[in-house]
Amino acid sequence: MKFTLSWLRDHLDTTATLTEITDALTDLGLEVEEVVDPAARLGAFTLARVLQAEQHPDADRLRVCRVLTDEGERQIVCGAPNARAGITVVLAKPGDYVPGIDLTLGVGKIRGVESHGMMASERELELSDEHTGIIELPADSAGAEVGRKYVDWLAANQPDRIDPMIHIKVTPNRPDALGVRGIARDLAARGLGTLKPLLMHPVAGMFDSPIRVSIAPDVIDRAPHFTGRLIRGVTNGPSPAWLQQRLRAIGLRPISALVDITNLFTFDLNRPMHVFDAGKVAGNLVVRGAAAGESLDALDGRTYDLRPGDLVIADDHGPESLAGIMGGEASGVTEATTDVFLESAFWQPIGIAATGRALRINSDARYRFERGVDPAFTRPGLELATQMILDLCGGTPGHVVEAGAAADHARAFRLDPDRTRRLVGMDIPADTQRQTLAALGFRMDGDLAHVPSWRPDVHGEADLVEEVARIASLSRLQGQPLPRPRAGVPQPVLTALQRRESAARRTAAALGYNECVTYSFIDAAAAALFGGGADAVRIENPISSEMTHLRPDLLPGLLIAAARNQARGFADLALFEVGPVFSGGEPGNQALQLSGLLVGFSAPRDPHRSRRPVDLYDARADAEAVLAAIGAPARAQIDRKLDGWWHPGRAGNIALGPNRLASFGEVHPRVLRTLDVKGPAVAFTISIANVPLPKSRTPTRPALSISDLQPVDRDFAFVVDERVEALALVNAAQGADKALIESVRVFDEFTGDKAQAQMGPGKKSIAITARLQPRDRTLTDAEIEAVAARIVDKVGKATGGTLRS
Amino acid sequence: MTTDTDTLRQTWLARVADAPDAPALEEVRLAALGKKGEIALLMRELGRMTPDERQTRGAALNRLKDEIDAALRARRAALEDAALDARLAGEWLDVTLPGRPRPQGTVHPVSQVMDEVTAIFADMGFSVAEGPQVESDWYNFDALNIPPEHPARQEHDTFFMARAPGDDRPPHVLRTHTSPVQIRAMQAQGAPIRVIAPGRVYRMDMDQTHTPMFHQVEGLAIGRDISMANLKWTLEEFCRAFFEVDKVELRFRASHFPFTEPSAEVDIRCDWSGGQLKIGQGESWLEILGSGMVHPKVLQAGGIDPDEWQGFAFGMGIDRIAMLKYGIPDLRAFFESDLRWLRHYGFAAGDVPSVSGGLSR
Repeated sequence: MKFTLSWLRDHLDTTATLTEITDALTDLGLEVEEVVDPAARLGAFTLARVLQAEQHPDADRLRVCRVLTDEGERQIVCGAPNARAGITVVLAKPGDYVPGIDLTLGVGKIRGVESHGMMASERELELSDEHTGIIELPADSAGAEVGRKYVDWLAANQPDRIDPMIHIKVTPNRPDALGVRGIARDLAARGLGTLKPLLMHPVAGMFDSPIRVSIAPDVIDRAPHFTGRLIRGVTNGPSPAWLQQRLRAIGLRPISALVDITNLFTFDLNRPMHVFDAGKVAGNLVVRGAAAGESLDALDGRTYDLRPGDLVIADDHGPESLAGIMGGEASGVTEATTDVFLESAFWQPIGIAATGRALRINSDARYRFERGVDPAFTRPGLELATQMILDLCGGTPGHVVEAGAAADHARAFRLDPDRTRRLVGMDIPADTQRQTLAALGFRMDGDLAHVPSWRPDVHGEADLVEEVARIASLSRLQGQPLPRPRAGVPQPVLTALQRRESAARRTAAALGYNECVTYSFIDAAAAALFGGGADAVRIENPISSEMTHLRPDLLPGLLIAAARNQARGFADLALFEVGPVFSGGEPGNQALQLSGLLVGFSAPRDPHRSRRPVDLYDARADAEAVLAAIGAPARAQIDRKLDGWWHPGRAGNIALGPNRLASFGEVHPRVLRTLDVKGPAVAFTISIANVPLPKSRTPTRPALSISDLQPVDRDFAFVVDERVEALALVNAAQGADKALIESVRVFDEFTGDKAQAQMGPGKKSIAITARLQPRDRTLTDAEIEAVAARIVDKVGKATGGTLRS
Repeated sequence: MTTDTDTLRQTWLARVADAPDAPALEEVRLAALGKKGEIALLMRELGRMTPDERQTRGAALNRLKDEIDAALRARRAALEDAALDARLAGEWLDVTLPGRPRPQGTVHPVSQVMDEVTAIFADMGFSVAEGPQVESDWYNFDALNIPPEHPARQEHDTFFMARAPGDDRPPHVLRTHTSPVQIRAMQAQGAPIRVIAPGRVYRMDMDQTHTPMFHQVEGLAIGRDISMANLKWTLEEFCRAFFEVDKVELRFRASHFPFTEPSAEVDIRCDWSGGQLKIGQGESWLEILGSGMVHPKVLQAGGIDPDEWQGFAFGMGIDRIAMLKYGIPDLRAFFESDLRWLRHYGFAAGDVPSVSGGLSR
């Protein structure tokens, strides 16, 4: 919402400065976004008089002037045709910044003659586009003495030209502030002046209107009130300078007197109206819903196909105007219009918003009607606009035609002055509170506040408190300590899952991964690679083709990030993310995941030969470290029920039965190729919520059971088939004597051509070490041998493995 | 007799001292103290002596034996030291070579700042609530007093989920703010309640200063008499702790949010001179969050009786306060995963913010 200071002063009698006004507006909730104050950039310039102007010795078009300034006589070279002795001019001195040419002046030499300043044109001061000559004050101008500030002279003689423009942001609850008068009312309530009365002069009709209006019964709830008036014999030329200036100041283009008048009322009183060329209206006007197939050529030059039911104002030809949004081209006024039908109506916000949104049509009228204009001001607005048309365009007014009636807006709420203190924490005397509401237009009946018709946002007691506090200024609010809910040391507040998320994140970072935050939506193809991309997770209105589907997994985002980093020259990467993934489009189809991705080599080249390609055992170790950090049981199973984006032979899941905690391994080469990642690439993914919580939470650890007796380590090397898994060996060996065998570890694997040459085709060797921990006495050699034999036996039965000879 | 042992002492101590290396020293030991060594042979003669002689002679020989033994040990240690010194003289590595590489992981600024915010509010008794990011339009809008067709709803630039043909429910949305978590938390916990809700939110906006996904933290405190003055204090305390300055000054400006009443936008006093932001001083004001007293209709939607309970809510941008605190210039870079950015603006794994240890290093 834009307006000028002088426009505001039409409604507000005030001595407040521009700064006081803009500060108050922002504080009142009418946030000032921009102030354009022409005076601010003109402050330096003073009036001067040309005493003598002589031809420049070396340039035909230049004159050398002697100029009387507040600092004595100066010589200034000037090229303006109107530079001549006797005129009063606007002087810019060396050191002054001239906005129109974006230059700070210095003492110059023009064709060999020194020039101490310049005499400015209007364009150079950004007052207008005028640049045919320098500014020349009228000869009889009062107060135009040498040395006076030009802004002061303008303020006294041409105030419109330095009228500051103020642009405020109006929140959707305050349609009343979409008119200058509403803004003035807020400022008056704040104490920055007095709201001037709005003088109402109903205009007496001189004849019966041949155009009648009616409202179709089925739309009366959306279009409760319509008023109109025919005015004959108008002259629709350009509007007067003051009106054009006012519209231009807020960025509107003057069109013609009739149109400019309706625009003025839109911004002045938040009362949008429409003018039809009565000569082009066929028959009577009816407010009705559009029929199927109807369309309207609107004033913005576009044709709108109307939806059945969209509110229109129609004549015998069909729709002539989209009610409350935009008029039609066919019945619009032109310079040739002599009979005008002026419309002032009330439209319910919801219908206007729905139609405007569906047809994608924006206008100042729609903006206001969908927020709510004053339903009680329909007829008074019509009268005021009639008067202005008569004043500016002449003509003879007809009787008002009217259909429906102003919607009932009457409601009242009780002001509880103590509630302001309880809710806001500010002490404001009860009288002041009542006065505030009265100043805002509430009719006070004791403490019962009747809401003014222009405030559709006020719906309860809390709204009254808001108004009182807002006008009193929230800047006066003093903080009051909020006591802790219970005295003493604060209790922990995070849930188990929240703590796990944090522990998982910091463990991954400690393992050397860099945390990424990638978008929750990815493109359909990438989503499909990871089992997603269904319609249920599709976004209806994506912002780009790369962000169309909710992600089914964190890996695609990390892989895409890896590809981008590789393109920048970073080949070795360790990235991770913790965040939500989506299995469907319903609230709750969401799970917390942590994924880590290793790409390239484990380390840069270095003297210690640390560099090697990353492999699945890196991913597994990191997955297990993160799992351990979030309390996963140490002995989970490994299975190969793999999702399709893993390498089918080089990946696995860590699971507790059917409950999968994590996956790890090489990313499928096809996925890497599609996402343009240069491998090797290994990854792990942890479903944080799948990790079971401990059954009981106690800080007490189980008792430590250790033996003073020396443990005994025995090594075994087994020959097994190539695809026997080491875990099968370990589990079998472990089962040989659960009491005595403390741990079994794989310490070597011998596989490949050399191994097959030694042990036979399709064979490999796995070496394990078992640690026996005696509890009550030292083991005898015979006992050790017996356990060893059982291990060999168990492993043989479980895997077909034999001891390597 | 004395002369005899003196001579022996001199002879053997000299041989010990002269032994050039460990094998030679062992030879000396065997010759002196071995089973067939000289001292052992002399000991054997003791049996043929009178008790008096034996006592004197025996004691002298034992002393001698101990002395030689001590000399042997000392010599052995000296030889070992010399050998070690000789070895060490040849052992030299280039200590200016780099150590074995360890990868340096980092925590994203968004996560770090969420942890900071959580630490501060936890100390004031707020727990952390969560909610789904795909929301029904009821939780995202209606329950927050934003009716359908209201212009406030259009201002949210909402992402809608696709609806299957025949599914006539209003489309779900990607939550446009963390405020729906207020409703879910109130429904789950009732009053009194104090929660914050950090998380991802989505708006259809992408330009220099906007990304279609960003992060907010919502705050909600409902009690019997929690007022806007309590809100101001809470935010002052938060800002003082978060920005790690001794004092902050907040300015409340009246504003409008459908879910609070009265509503205020909150500015913080700051100084931009020198191109660097300083909080708590200077002549500028910077908008940092929106807040207000929870609207009675919102309390009702959360199942709480507005005649009995009242309280405040606020919402602020986590990315934004991270940018302000840590001097990060560009929001878009938060989500681009540029390794250089992650390393430069990221945080060490061990830098866990706490109220007792401080939020940042």
